[in-house]
Amino acid sequence: MQQAGVGSEEISDVKPKISEWQRFRRVFLGRKVVLFGLIVLLFYILVAIFANLLAPYDPYQIDLPNLLASPSFVHPLGTDTLGRDILSRLIFGIRPTLMVGALTMLIAAIGGTTLGLLAGYFGGMVQTLIMRFIDALMGFPMILLALVIAAALGGGLRNIIIALGIAMIAGFARVMCGQTLSIKQNDYVLAGRSLGYRGRRLMWRHIVPNAFPPLIVLATMNIGVVILMEAGLSFLGIGIQAPAAAWGSMVSEGYGFLLQSPLLSVAPGLAIMLLVFSLNMLGDGLRDALDPKLRGAL
Amino acid sequence: MTTYILRRLIEAVFVLLILTCLVFFCMRLVPGDPIFLYMDSTDVNMLTPEKIAALKHELGLDQPLIVQYGRWLANAVRGDLGMSLFYSDRVSKMIAERLPVTIHLGIFAFILSSVVGIVLGIVAAVRRGRWLDTVATLAANLFITIPMFWLGILLILALGLYAGILPISGYTSPFEDFWLSTKQLIMPVLCLAVGSMGSNARLTRTSMLEVIHQDYIRTAWSKGLKEKSIISKHALKNSLIPVVTVLGLHIRIIFGGAVLIETVFSIPGMGSLMVDATFNKDYTLVQGGVMVVAIIVILSNLIVDISYGWLDPRVRYD
Repeated sequence: MQQAGVGSEEISDVKPKISEWQRFRRVFLGRKVVLFGLIVLLFYILVAIFANLLAPYDPYQIDLPNLLASPSFVHPLGTDTLGRDILSRLIFGIRPTLMVGALTMLIAAIGGTTLGLLAGYFGGMVQTLIMRFIDALMGFPMILLALVIAAALGGGLRNIIIALGIAMIAGFARVMCGQTLSIKQNDYVLAGRSLGYRGRRLMWRHIVPNAFPPLIVLATMNIGVVILMEAGLSFLGIGIQAPAAAWGSMVSEGYGFLLQSPLLSVAPGLAIMLLVFSLNMLGDGLRDALDPKLRGAL
Repeated sequence: MTTYILRRLIEAVFVLLILTCLVFFCMRLVPGDPIFLYMDSTDVNMLTPEKIAALKHELGLDQPLIVQYGRWLANAVRGDLGMSLFYSDRVSKMIAERLPVTIHLGIFAFILSSVVGIVLGIVAAVRRGRWLDTVATLAANLFITIPMFWLGILLILALGLYAGILPISGYTSPFEDFWLSTKQLIMPVLCLAVGSMGSNARLTRTSMLEVIHQDYIRTAWSKGLKEKSIISKHALKNSLIPVVTVLGLHIRIIFGGAVLIETVFSIPGMGSLMVDATFNKDYTLVQGGVMVVAIIVILSNLIVDISYGWLDPRVRYD
């Protein structure tokens, strides 16, 4: 046992029972669903990387005599309206899906964090202006906003990412603004200020790193939302352009042929669901592991 | 209270201004001259540049953008949203025809998602750790992940095409044929509700679990009260506060979902109107639609916020 009043060096030598990282790992991987989510996500990423090797056919190979074929040994999931192999298109469809999810989140996170940081740090008029703009974005259905922006920009992968990125900014700005307002009150920010640090250094060195945990949780949770919205926009026909394989447009393609070839619509939907489910489970796990309020409770 | 409502309404006006401004300038980024949408393709060849200029002048399209926006706004305040470029019909008339359909769907979806979601959450929390909790939580997690347009297609396949119990598309006014209208409504309402249902269930469960461990609940137990009365009288009202806070958010999600679901089920509502308008680059229609949808979402959020006071007397409107 340490005695009270010994030198401060000795007291600081007392190691916590487990390190921060060990605690994080224990809580994060402790639940089976989270582990499941992690494995599924890794599986999707691997399939996306090795799509060329894994896909049995060229996803663009048109085979008109064989259109809407039923599942067989030759085509495990059958073929689509142009005779293209559904499994191969499903495999190649992971790439745009993951790309849209990740890049959109990046745009929304950078844009939203910056806006929220500025609003929370400066307060007053700046905060009112920025947050009213964010309220305007929040007061409107996201998918409709993305639809209008994407239509204005002209569709396609790049424009979908921009449109969804803008539509998703609001959530990050709200969280970051709240975080900044509360972190600003901490002594270490005051200490930084009294050391003579000004705006930019104070914001990026002292405030942003401490606001990270809730932002990471929000980003993980929102990738699922983005993927669902991208699928929705592709389903409407405004997303990734043909002939590229996008899951949303595959669902829409199969819509007219539900009785002949139900798998054409059903399979990509399942692929979306499994991915979003895994991402949500990961988000839940991260929240449990990073939320200081839950510390000790789990 | 009155000052609170007044302040919120003034804020709402600002939000509407920003939003319409954003959409207005965004839609003008669309490549191509909107004047050609106004005329048939045959007309275009016959029209001289002078005639095009005259028509542009008549529609105000030759003015600077900011003037055009100002003029649109001045008319919109008087209830005139202009002419649709594609359909050559009044925008306000088209919206008035389509809006009741989406509200009809939306109200049922909102009620279904709130009631079923909250009940699911309560059941999961009360039976924490048992199989009922596992089933309810898994269901809630699946509900928030299912792409709603895909669910629509699955339902069409199962209930419409295979079983043949429900009509697969269309909309009928309940005043025309109530039975048919109800049958046509079941699948779309279910699709619109499912996502919000899942998130309501998850939130209710978390919040209920927090409340159940409070001292006043233990007091209620030690007084010898029945479980049913503890849950419904003591725990439920308190655990609903965070749930009600986000109910307003679901109005927005349901309105957004209508864009997809009305397309899947060929329902002539606001959602499908907006999709058509965007594809046709009919920006007067897009502009009017955006404004009307925003007004509805903002007002319904205000109603939800005012209803906190009933649930939580601690809330002060200031």
